Amino acid sequence: MAATLNIEPNIAAPDEFYEALIETHRDLAPEQSELVNAKLILLLANHIGDLDILRQAMAHARAGIATTDGGPTGSANAPGVPRGGERKEAS
Amino acid sequence: MNVDYQRLEFPYARCADQDLAEPARHRVIVVGAGPIGLTMAIDLARHGVPVVVLDDDCRLSAGSRAICFAKRTLEIWDRLDVGQRMVDKGVSWNVGKVFFQDGLVYSFNLLPESGHRRPAFINLQQYYCEGYLYEAAASLPNVEVRWKNRVVAVAQRPDHVELTVETPEGSYRLQGDYVVACDGSRSPLRAMLGLETRGRVFRDRFLIADVRMSAGFPAERWFWFDPPFHRNQSVLLHMQPDNVWRIDFQLGWSVDPEEERKPEKVIPRIRSLLGEDARFELEWVSIYTFACQRMDRFRHARVIFAGDAAHGVSPFGARGANSGVQDVDNLGWKLALVLAGKAPETLLDTYAAEREFAADENILNSTRSTDFITPKSEVSRRFRNAVLKLAMDHPFARRLVNSGRLSVPATLAQSTLNTPDGDAFAGAMVPGAPAADAPVRVDGRDDWFLSQTGGGFAAVVFCDDGAPSPETASTLHSLAQQAIPVEAIVVVPALRDTGAGAQPGVTVVEDAQRMLAQRYDARNGTCYLLRPDQHVCARWRRLVATRVAAAVARATCNP
Repeated sequence: MAATLNIEPNIAAPDEFYEALIETHRDLAPEQSELVNAKLILLLANHIGDLDILRQAMAHARAGIATTDGGPTGSANAPGVPRGGERKEAS
Repeated sequence: MNVDYQRLEFPYARCADQDLAEPARHRVIVVGAGPIGLTMAIDLARHGVPVVVLDDDCRLSAGSRAICFAKRTLEIWDRLDVGQRMVDKGVSWNVGKVFFQDGLVYSFNLLPESGHRRPAFINLQQYYCEGYLYEAAASLPNVEVRWKNRVVAVAQRPDHVELTVETPEGSYRLQGDYVVACDGSRSPLRAMLGLETRGRVFRDRFLIADVRMSAGFPAERWFWFDPPFHRNQSVLLHMQPDNVWRIDFQLGWSVDPEEERKPEKVIPRIRSLLGEDARFELEWVSIYTFACQRMDRFRHARVIFAGDAAHGVSPFGARGANSGVQDVDNLGWKLALVLAGKAPETLLDTYAAEREFAADENILNSTRSTDFITPKSEVSRRFRNAVLKLAMDHPFARRLVNSGRLSVPATLAQSTLNTPDGDAFAGAMVPGAPAADAPVRVDGRDDWFLSQTGGGFAAVVFCDDGAPSPETASTLHSLAQQAIPVEAIVVVPALRDTGAGAQPGVTVVEDAQRMLAQRYDARNGTCYLLRPDQHVCARWRRLVATRVAAAVARATCNP
């Protein structure tokens, strides 16, 4: 049975975590912050390791956000984000 | 002795078929005398199938083109007795280095363990590869290469294919039981049959510059992401024989390819990499684009597609020519059995199924590499750069860096030709896997395991007692006498005394270092059945003649 993403409260000290997250970005230009965020995602993803869990998290993160061209939105109920590397039409 | 393969021209020669009133009938016609077509011809001829090869040109590869030939390709060429020449001339390499901006991110070794005859890769200009293959093909009595023979029409008939061929002296018709189309990515045969290839076209251009120089770089694959000398793009450096270096610059989509080809544009790019006072000569310049695509089906009745004609990949990972050589390695023995009446035509459908599976694997890998190397969006670029920055200090991120997942052969685990395991095994040698090599001793001399296999089916039996029991010997003898013979290979830890295993028809292999037993998770009595293309198709903990015979039948689509 595949593991399920924990979306119940799981951080013992939520305010401390949040403060630390914002503090991590202190004095950074937006460009630098984006690099920090990308590195943070990669570090956490490696810690989690389980691709099923990561796909569920990606789908949750994407849910409800419309694309700028009005395309379909992602759904948290979807089994996962589209798999990379599927054969696509010329783009 | 030093043949200039780049400039060789093969004369057109009129053949007897052109003077016949009715078209001549051949067993197999191979269209295209590139690396794939020539490998196909040699393999078929060695299986006893006469082959006619048609090529529309009279020269070998123009430029170095496919330069990276992988370990598995070399093993296939070893089976065809052309591997050593390639390796002797080629530059062997195992190590790759990845750079980001002005620093080294990490280096990797593609073949970290010893005990393999061949390196992970050699670099060799395609014209040498084709030249050596051509000479090997031309030395075989049942291969005929016809230069300046361009196929202009193809017709499928119930029991053959008819081709119309144009030559400098006019056209003629000829027929083949089967036609193997190895006529490249723009495959004229594919177009003549109204067939399509589909996939993803990348809007990016790359510049190949081959330069001749004496340089101090090691024989390694060096890949730069966003280097100071070529901002925001990638660069790849490779060593070739004859002091030639391949430099590959990503250019983006907006550049003018005609302009970028000019020496006055190319030379400054090279100087920015090598330094202002570097001395070099431009050997060859080319601009290329690519697509990741394949035909829906590789077999269309009696026309079978292989190599770039059937599938295309990006160059990152060297999966083009290498996968094409694996295609024909897969097809040769199947065509030979079908033509000999020893297997039904459905065996040819398994060529298509197995190699379509492999093509999907290659396309997936090469598409992912391309998306990492040339990010298609801003966020994709940001993640790519974050991975590269993390990779300098964190080993986990190095595994995300994708500068090309370099060609390894597909494990055909889903193939219907495999007999599923009934006994428990560990390790990589699952049914469908290409057989692993290991150092062994044969007749008291150092040798390699793979050199003892290939061409026919082989039963590899591990006998820890130093010699097969009389019962094992008699089972192996009976398997060697079947309609589709199974060659016997007995693996012993060390020969008990000279001649202990000297039974006719049995190859005795000493696994003195126990590396073979370890790689095959073998114990006393373990038996592997290898296909003629050196893929595992069945394995057991005990040799039983009826099981081996059933597995051979399954692997050849026989009832």
